[in-house]
This record gives sequence, C-alpha cells and structure tokens, in this order.
Amino acid sequence: MTVEPPFGAQSRRKSQFTPRQAPQGGGKTSAMIASLDAEGRQTVSAPFGHALTDLAKTRDDIVGLSADLSKYTDLHVFAQAHPDRFYQMGMAEQVMVSAAAGLAREGFTPFATTYAVFASRRAYDFICMAIAEENLPVKIVCALPGLTTGYGPSHQATEDLAIFRGMPNLTIIDPCDATEVAQATRAIADIPGPVYMRLLRGQVPDVLGEFGYQFQPGRAQLIHDGSDVLFVSTGLMTMRCIDAARRLKADKIDCAVLHVPTIKPLDIATITAEAARKGRLVVVAENHSVIGGLGEAVGAALMREGVHVPFRQIGLPDEFLDAGALPTLHDQYGLSVDAVATRVKAWL
Amino acid sequence: MTNQTQTTGANMSLAQRAWSIRRHALRMGEVQGQGYIGQALGVADLLAASYFHALRYRPGDPEWEGRDRFYLSIGHYAIALYAALIEAGVLPEDEIGTYGMDDSRMPMSGMASYTPGMEITGGSLGHGLGIAVGAALGLRRKGGDQRVYNLLSDGELGEGSTWEAVMSAVQWKLDNLIALVDFNDQQADGKTTDALARGPEAPKWAAMGWFAQEVDGNDLSAVVAALDAARDHPEPQPRVIICRTKMCKGVPFLEHREITHFVRVEADEWARALAHLDAERPL
Repeated sequence: MTVEPPFGAQSRRKSQFTPRQAPQGGGKTSAMIASLDAEGRQTVSAPFGHALTDLAKTRDDIVGLSADLSKYTDLHVFAQAHPDRFYQMGMAEQVMVSAAAGLAREGFTPFATTYAVFASRRAYDFICMAIAEENLPVKIVCALPGLTTGYGPSHQATEDLAIFRGMPNLTIIDPCDATEVAQATRAIADIPGPVYMRLLRGQVPDVLGEFGYQFQPGRAQLIHDGSDVLFVSTGLMTMRCIDAARRLKADKIDCAVLHVPTIKPLDIATITAEAARKGRLVVVAENHSVIGGLGEAVGAALMREGVHVPFRQIGLPDEFLDAGALPTLHDQYGLSVDAVATRVKAWL
Repeated sequence: MTNQTQTTGANMSLAQRAWSIRRHALRMGEVQGQGYIGQALGVADLLAASYFHALRYRPGDPEWEGRDRFYLSIGHYAIALYAALIEAGVLPEDEIGTYGMDDSRMPMSGMASYTPGMEITGGSLGHGLGIAVGAALGLRRKGGDQRVYNLLSDGELGEGSTWEAVMSAVQWKLDNLIALVDFNDQQADGKTTDALARGPEAPKWAAMGWFAQEVDGNDLSAVVAALDAARDHPEPQPRVIICRTKMCKGVPFLEHREITHFVRVEADEWARALAHLDAERPL
C-alpha cells in the first residue's frame, strides 16, 4: 500500500535572510482582491450584498451586522440600501456575534459578516453558546474561505469547516458561484436555526447558471453525469471540477460532478447512491484542509453505509500555506483546473 | 415605586423576599449537598430588589413581550436565580427537590431551554453583556420601552468580550441597558482583585461612557435607590451598578468561614444554616 504525499507540500518559503529581486517584466500580486476565475468567464458583482438587499425589501426582520468589514464582505450594498438596518459593530467579532444573538432573541434575522478566520477562530465560543446552543436564526456569512487570498495564514480560513462541523444545530453552506451565493442567501433566511455560509465576494464567477441549477438546502445535486470519475465537490472546487471535466473529456475520461453545497447536514443518501454506482473513481474536492472537511465527512459516510469504492481527496495540505499570488497558490496546492486534471489522470 | 406586576404577597417587604430567596437557595443546596450557595446568599438582596422592585414581568407568562429582560451571564448563579424565580412565582416551589437531578427544569448551570424565566444560556463567561447589547438594539428597533438587565460577575470583567460589549453599548447609546455587577471579589482561584479586576471599578465604567454607580449590594435601600437612579437617569447612555456583596451573607457561620468561590458545606450544616435563617426571619 502506498500513501500519497500531500499535494504541494513543498513550501516555497525561503529563509527570511535570503535577499530577493523584483521579477522582470511584471510579476503576480498577492493583493487581497484576487480573481478566482478563468479569464473571460462572466462574473456578477457582489451577489450576496444584492441578494440580501432585495430580500430585505420584503422581510422586515432582516438586519445586517459587520465587524469593520462591510466593504470586504459585500454587506456595504445592504448598508447603503437599508442604513437603519445595518449595525456597524466595530472591530469586535465577539460582541458582533453576541449582539446578533440578542437581536435574534428579539425576533430579528441577523446576517453577521466578517472573514471566515475571525468567525471560526476568534468568535467560536460565542457562536457556539450564544447562538447555536439556543438554535437562534443567526446567519454567519464569511468571506475569504479556504484559499481565496494570498495574504497568508492570518486570512486563509483553511480549517473553518473542520472547526464548525462539530457544532450541533449549525447548518454549513459552501456555495460555488454567484448564482448559488444569491440563491443560498435567500434560502438560508428561511432556515429556522443558525447557519454558517462561506462567501465568495466582489466579482464572483457565474458557472451554475448554464446548468439551470437551483440551490436547495441540504441537497447534493448532480451537475452532469460521467462514467469514469465521480467528483464530489463543494464551494469553488465545483467550478474547478466542471472545468477539469471538460479538459479530461479530450483525454476520453468521462467525469460526473456531484455538487455538495451543504456540508452539514450532509446529503448522505445522494452521495452514497452516486458513489455506489460501479466503475467510478470517487474524488472529493474542497477548498479546505484535507482534515475535517467534506473529504473526511464523505469518506466516513461511505464506510458507514458499506460503500467501498476507490476514493481520493483533493484539498489543502495540513500546513500553514504560503503567501503569494492566488493563481500561483492554487497551482501549488492543487486547487487549479490544471492540478485537478493532472492528478485525476495520474490516479486512473 | 414598584413596576412589577406580581400581585400575590404585595405587602411583603423586600427584606422578607430576600430572606425567602436565601431559604429557597439553601434548600436546593441541601438537595445536592453542594452548590454555589455563597454566591446565592450574597446576591439575594440584589435579586429581591430586581424582582420585587425594578423588573416588569408576569409570573404566569415568562415570555410576555412587555417584560423587562433579565440575563444571567453567570450560569453557576442559577441556584440564586431559581430561588428568585420561585419566590416570584415563575417556578413552582415544590420543584425545589428536583434541583440538579436528572430531568429537572433546574440544572446546576443555567440554560434558557430548561427553565422558564431563564432568558439566556450562561456559563461561558463574558457572553451576557454582548447578548444584552443585541437585545437592547432589538427592543429599540421594535419601539418597546422594556429594559435589558444583565447580571454579571466581577470575574467576567476579566473577559475581553465584556469590554467589547461595554464599548458597544456606549456607541449605540443604550439607555435601555442596565448592567448589575455582583462584586464579591471571589473567583475560582482566589480574589478577583488579585487577578485582573483591579479597581477603581465605577470610575472605569464611567470613563468608558456609562452612568456608573457603586453600592453596598447587601443594603436593600441602597440597591433600590441605585436601581431607581439607573432607570431615571436622563442621559442616553447605558447604566451599571457595581454591587459590593458579601459571600454567604445572612448565615454568619458560613460568612466567617475562609471564603472561596466554591463554599464547602458539610452535610449537617445545611440544616444548621436553615435553622439560623429561620431564627432571623424578618418581620
């Protein structure tokens, strides 16, 4: 039996005492506002902010809170449209989350936004005890999930799903694209308990629209079928898998893509039914550490259900990631279309 | 002036109410042979003044929208709040024997989903004041004149999240928020003032922008006056009352024991404490 080393485990970090030179002819940037997308694909601006703004026109109970990051979570769109329903709580995630609990106690449906690292690492106890233990309908919507910034570990929430999966009552959503961010924003407002949603912000690619996709909480959905490989993917990795499937088609490799936007509760029935179909390699792909996310959840579910199939994981390695340009990092850590296609070919 | 809508026993004095709260708490402690009885005896006067002078509520309808909210951050003080809720008629007295037992509505740490009148789940310290900020914002949004009271402990002043909430309440000018700090100067490992909460306490809160008062929390008249002043204060700012209390107040042989966060009471001492209390029943 061979154990595959983690993809991209080779860090590019060098000694801080090694001098560097500026790249010739323009280099890539690790700027915070980085595109996730292939060039040329259609994007939508601030889908969360616009969806919440529209929803609030018909729902008086919706309020928005930010911990000094409204411009960076697209909540500023809501704040401009509904200034009396926007609470700027300052750089204080713990009181933002606690106050959201208090507003929910008084009958409101608060959308509390910050970065995924701050919600999961800093505000965990408050989300757990002030919100989840009492099953209050607070929606925690967080930008920069997984590897979506080149700023380094302080801003890269590579383990947020692992942190939150253990929290009872919490629904966890990882949308793929602009279409799904907008649909899920409306849908989670109707979920009676707490929700953690990973957010793609700014100019967000639109991928699922062409498939006539409609988000349903708790449901995994087959985006398209295929006979050689079953991608079980969530979040932005579903768009990577769709593109990788197109590329692998040229190599006569036929890939199905099962999109799993709800990490918890997991749609075990659909996942096991698809995985149980004979003759396919199951590849779980997620924008998250290989520890504690969708991969381990699916692996455990398949074991429990007695579905024994070839199984591989695409995800981030169990390490603090490098800083750098996002496309470089996606190649390095195996989240790019090239990296996905290359590894699938190697596994078959 | 009394705001509460409790009708039974309207001619009982606050001293009698405080006495009854202490007695209910001791009986619960006796059931389990343990409990945070030191805190319950210490805070009984503050709870009597809150439930029988300051708070608006309906004993038979603990979720009445018009009620003032009373948030207990300090889950281990549940024994004290149960005693107050029993005295207020929210909880039945005949459930005292279930305290801390399987299937009881009165678990040893206070949780909202178990107990009528227990508004929030406490126990993880430093949460209550932040939740109170949100509730005060929510009540204001709804145009209500209800107030949010948060009973917190001196130990919680060591939690950074408490100070986030302190700043936020000022930022939002929450004049419908009243924080009650039970300052008994005891936390799990010793004196609070030997750990993080070195005074001066009221000036600290005042400097942050709160209307701050400091009183002897075992002096009923002083507590009542402070609650009235907090309610009537005209400025748009949150209010805090630092209540200096004495652990085990009302049971001298426990008061004089070397006091710690968790007061050890021997099996035969519960009856002795109750007997002492009964002998001191206020007229």
